[in-house]
Amino acid sequence: MAPPAQSQRSQSPSQPSGKSEVSDLKLQLRQLAGSRAPGVDDSKRELFKKVISYMTIGIDVSSLFGEMVMCSATSDIVLKKMCYLYVGNYAKVNPDLALLTINFLQRDCHDEDPMIRGLALRSLCSLRVANLVEYLVGPLGSGLKDSNSYVRTVAVVGVLKLYHISASTCVDADFPSTLKHLMLNDPDTQIVANCLSALEEIWSAEASTSEEAAREREALISKPFIYYLLNRIKEFSEWAQCLVLELVTKYVPSDSSEIFDIMNLLEDRLQHANGAVVLATVKVFLQLTLSMTDVHQQVYERIKAPLLTLVSSGSPEQSYAVLSHLHLLVMRAPYVFSSDYKHFYCQYNEPSYVKRLKLEMLTAVANESNTYEIVTELCEYAANVDIPIARESIRAVGKIALQQYDVNAIVDRLLQFLEMEKDYVTAEALVLVKDLLRKYPQWSHDCIAVVGNISSKNVQEPKAKAALIWMLGEYSQDMQDAPYILESLVENWDEEHSAEVRLHLLTAVMKCFFKRPPETQSALGAALAAGIGDFHQDVHDRALFYYRILRYNVSVAERVVNPPKQAVSVFADTQSSEIKDRIFDEFNSLSVLYQKSSYMFTDKEHRGPLEFADELGNLSIGEAAHNVISSQRVEENDKDLLLTTAEKEETRGSSNNGSVYAVPYDSSTSVFASQTQIESAISNPTTAGHSQHASFGIDDLLGLGMPAVPDVASPPQLKLNTKAALDPNAFQQKWRQLPVALSQELSLSPQAVASLTVPQALLRHMQSHSIHCIASGGQSPNFKFFFFAQKYEEPSNYLVECIINTTSAKAQVKIKADDQRTSQAFSSLFELALSKFGTP
Amino acid sequence: MISQFFVLSQRGDNIVFRDYRSEVAKGSAEIFFRKVKFWKEDGQEEAPPVFNVDGVNYFHVKVVGLLFVATTRVNVSPSLVLELLQRIARVIKDYLGVLSEDSLRKNFVLVYELLDEVIDFGYVQTTSTEVLKSYVFNEPIVVDAARLQPLGPAAIFMQGTKRMPGTAVTKSVLANEPGGRKREEIFVDIIEKISVTFSSSGYILTSEIDGTIQMKSYLSGNPEIRLALNEDLSIGRGGGSIYDYRSSSGSGAVILDDCNFHESVRLDSFDMDRTLALVPPDGEFPVMNYRMTQEFKPPFRINCLIEEAGQLKAEVIIKVRAEFPSNITANTVVVQMPLPKYTTRASFELEPGAVGQRTDFKEANKKLEWGLKKIVGGSEHTLRAKLTFSQESHANITKEAGPVSMTFTIPMFNVSRLQVKYLQIAKKSSSYNPYRWVRYVTQANSYVARI
Repeated sequence: MAPPAQSQRSQSPSQPSGKSEVSDLKLQLRQLAGSRAPGVDDSKRELFKKVISYMTIGIDVSSLFGEMVMCSATSDIVLKKMCYLYVGNYAKVNPDLALLTINFLQRDCHDEDPMIRGLALRSLCSLRVANLVEYLVGPLGSGLKDSNSYVRTVAVVGVLKLYHISASTCVDADFPSTLKHLMLNDPDTQIVANCLSALEEIWSAEASTSEEAAREREALISKPFIYYLLNRIKEFSEWAQCLVLELVTKYVPSDSSEIFDIMNLLEDRLQHANGAVVLATVKVFLQLTLSMTDVHQQVYERIKAPLLTLVSSGSPEQSYAVLSHLHLLVMRAPYVFSSDYKHFYCQYNEPSYVKRLKLEMLTAVANESNTYEIVTELCEYAANVDIPIARESIRAVGKIALQQYDVNAIVDRLLQFLEMEKDYVTAEALVLVKDLLRKYPQWSHDCIAVVGNISSKNVQEPKAKAALIWMLGEYSQDMQDAPYILESLVENWDEEHSAEVRLHLLTAVMKCFFKRPPETQSALGAALAAGIGDFHQDVHDRALFYYRILRYNVSVAERVVNPPKQAVSVFADTQSSEIKDRIFDEFNSLSVLYQKSSYMFTDKEHRGPLEFADELGNLSIGEAAHNVISSQRVEENDKDLLLTTAEKEETRGSSNNGSVYAVPYDSSTSVFASQTQIESAISNPTTAGHSQHASFGIDDLLGLGMPAVPDVASPPQLKLNTKAALDPNAFQQKWRQLPVALSQELSLSPQAVASLTVPQALLRHMQSHSIHCIASGGQSPNFKFFFFAQKYEEPSNYLVECIINTTSAKAQVKIKADDQRTSQAFSSLFELALSKFGTP
Repeated sequence: MISQFFVLSQRGDNIVFRDYRSEVAKGSAEIFFRKVKFWKEDGQEEAPPVFNVDGVNYFHVKVVGLLFVATTRVNVSPSLVLELLQRIARVIKDYLGVLSEDSLRKNFVLVYELLDEVIDFGYVQTTSTEVLKSYVFNEPIVVDAARLQPLGPAAIFMQGTKRMPGTAVTKSVLANEPGGRKREEIFVDIIEKISVTFSSSGYILTSEIDGTIQMKSYLSGNPEIRLALNEDLSIGRGGGSIYDYRSSSGSGAVILDDCNFHESVRLDSFDMDRTLALVPPDGEFPVMNYRMTQEFKPPFRINCLIEEAGQLKAEVIIKVRAEFPSNITANTVVVQMPLPKYTTRASFELEPGAVGQRTDFKEANKKLEWGLKKIVGGSEHTLRAKLTFSQESHANITKEAGPVSMTFTIPMFNVSRLQVKYLQIAKKSSSYNPYRWVRYVTQANSYVARI
């Protein structure tokens, strides 16, 4: 039934001049509108196609609205569909005219063909005109009850569309609860999935104002519902499976056997050809086992092969998405991947963004056994035609050198780079040699011999030049020519455009002067004079400072400028571990690709549903931690930060996620668990009703039951406020002002040590004991935490600094308190809480 | 959840544009195209498949020179969106027979029909070619397949090889044969992409096979199919490094490192007799993807020598030897090698009597290119090139040139020895005997020899 005129049209498919064509079309449409002549549908199709093609390329054809609607009275489904498409696109800008379409759309909603009913309903809901919502409620209501599953599927999404046009209309018509009913009862899994998507959106948006919605949203991650979905997982389409799996990551199983059940059930999802399903499954596995260190490890081993297969099977784009996730895992647990390093070798035809990830992975997995091969491979890339990648390869060699034990061979390689006589290779290698010397001064002899041969004229890049000058200053006694090279550099002071280089030059000349005064004196004089006259503020200031301190006392100057140096043991990591952990929590999302936490690239209203509820613990801690630890993040996101903290306060009362997570289910400790919940219930009379409700619900589910009376044997002396809040600045101020009330060393159980792989583990645990973290950091074996707690119903704070060394299994605890008298009581609470950490 | 979907031509024209949620401004296509085109000032670097501009996330995949793009403001799973884009491309191809700018433009109404059912308000509804059939009312306007860029690895069968029914891969799932009868046939393609890196001394540094068993079914009535693979096939290599070459050679068994399956595949008897059972849905889909690092005999050996030959001169000799049986022929072979930056001229010398070969010196990126239309198994070919330099080389000349890379396609040959032993179709009647095509092909993914 291909329209014959089609091929002519395609000769000039795009870019018509615009206006005249549109008015032409208008005329033709008008002529056809009333016609009942045979073949009129074919001509209409032609015209409609033209209109839609203009619409696609961005020409405004909204002026045809009236004519299009007039022509829409037809039984030809192809025409109908085109008309729906058009109407959906322009109704919003033509609300008055949109009213015209309501009539025929409503009629079509009662057509006997379910296909037409569905299509009409979808178009009706896509009009997006606020004053037409009253016409939607009826058709939607019957659509949800339609006997045909296609119509129901469309109706469910229609409800969500209605919600976005007019939330109140949607809620007043009680559509959310209808959807809930469908979600739990409809045999068609696509309808279930659509209900789930719609309700997640609706309830998340409502949760801030309606307690009921918040509760409903929580119920989505309750055991019965999660099991209902999991048991049918294979009936869902692959896309809906992703949706379900994402929800499962938010579910907190009650014990380890439940965790294993879920993982066994989902095991075969790891063999799915769709990467999105596999990654969603991987996320479930990783999240579920977060507190089970050895199982978590096994998960890494298990997911390795499927991920590598995905990387090599899909299109380059798909494999990039998976590779980014693999990159994240490699960075977290390099040792797991150390024997797979060959998979991270770059292929010559890969795009730079893939190569860059692979270089970082190679750097991370390098260890004693594979370093030689990895460095050999990286050296091949250094001669790569792709210069940025060649540079990064050299940097990677350097990084490996800085993290390795056997640097011997690598130093030789680096020195070979210097002899390759390619500008950029020399430049990168110089910077690396400098860093290497700062960490391993013992190599100075070998390095200096080679560096000495490099003519400073061949080094142009500021960073490399600065590195060379630094070495000249630092090792001037070993380099015969050092004073003279420096002197010639000083002579060309005016031609040196980089302030960084000039600063380094000043310092190097100073250092050289202390070691070889007679040879350097004149260069120093010239440098200081040039420096003081420099237009750059820092250069000027440094020169002046050197000049004054020299005049004051030369030996003091030497002690200030050139004291004996300690080798740098570890160079600071560029990304804080908090950010890394947050990105890990956002596994299988864009955060991983951008290597940024989601709050840095999404607006608040577009954060995913359920996002802040389940992460409230570590999300807010993360925010606070940035304030204290990585101040550079603060100014970027000041506003956002406050908002999120506020959000957290709102939600904390209603969801007791944190405490549920860390509740120990061992029979010996279950009493304690219940006790904390009661504590929190008692200490929060305002929200008690609700939070009690939620947590009791979960406990009932688990069959734990609540002891009617709390165990009186160990009543807590001190009640803490579960909703305690303290802003990081106030914390810092208090920490400075208050004296240390108590200082002690606590021992950690082996389980606690095992659980403390990342700071987050302890944070969640302590939070369940109403002790909140304001900042944390460090990497195994050393962790540092700042906690705070508040007395119930009193603005009296306890501040804690806790330094944990997992090797010695000791925690150094310093406690400061507003109310000194109760610090002992708090200390025992803290000790008790800490002792429970890691118990299964 | 995505906000918009659109397809752009290479020049940046909108071919198809669908806004699902009106959350992203209409100008997104232009913003996207400008960003992709000018990712880095020097134009050297390709834009990554996913990036963020002003809070809008743009995803794109490239298919036959077209850009399939999705936008969203939400922090979604990138894999999901990229898989989806790829799947949309495949579904469209299933319906149009061929995917190209021309076929899209001619069939955009049909494409909109598909898009409306694939995604509703940003949520994926279905990507099953089969399910979608009941929603599509337009008929495809078929474009001439002969002058189109190939899509996907299976398209190589179209390249003039007489053995293959060329129309098959470009047939729409809606198409009927003349006479209104559908031709009953099924295609199973075993496509292997191989990556090999040879060290300068000629031994294998890394090798990998990435394989796919691709299926395209035109069978009516959805009969069940059983696909039997090598009985000695084993999956996963227990313990130790997977690069342990000693373990497998000689034993003859095919050992896959890992594999995954299409969701229609049932593995009930896979552990027993290596048989896959499935009811193939309409359209093209991968039945199984597999990955193998087991040692295999590379189809080509490459020897390369670069030597200085007097002042400002050097000579390059590249030798390619085909190490597969002589009844097999590789086609569209291209050998490339970056030359020193200061190369100004290259003159080539082929073997006497060489046919179907071409040589080229790409001045702009200083690359030597040697194309061979055909290489018969067992044969050897040599290229000599004399280079002229504009300046004297300081360092080792081998550090300034290479590595040699090679692309090729070898039909009816696979290096893994994975085989489809039989393809059984559940019979509807005794006379039911559909056409079955089982085809093998090997392609170079990254085939590199260092010098």
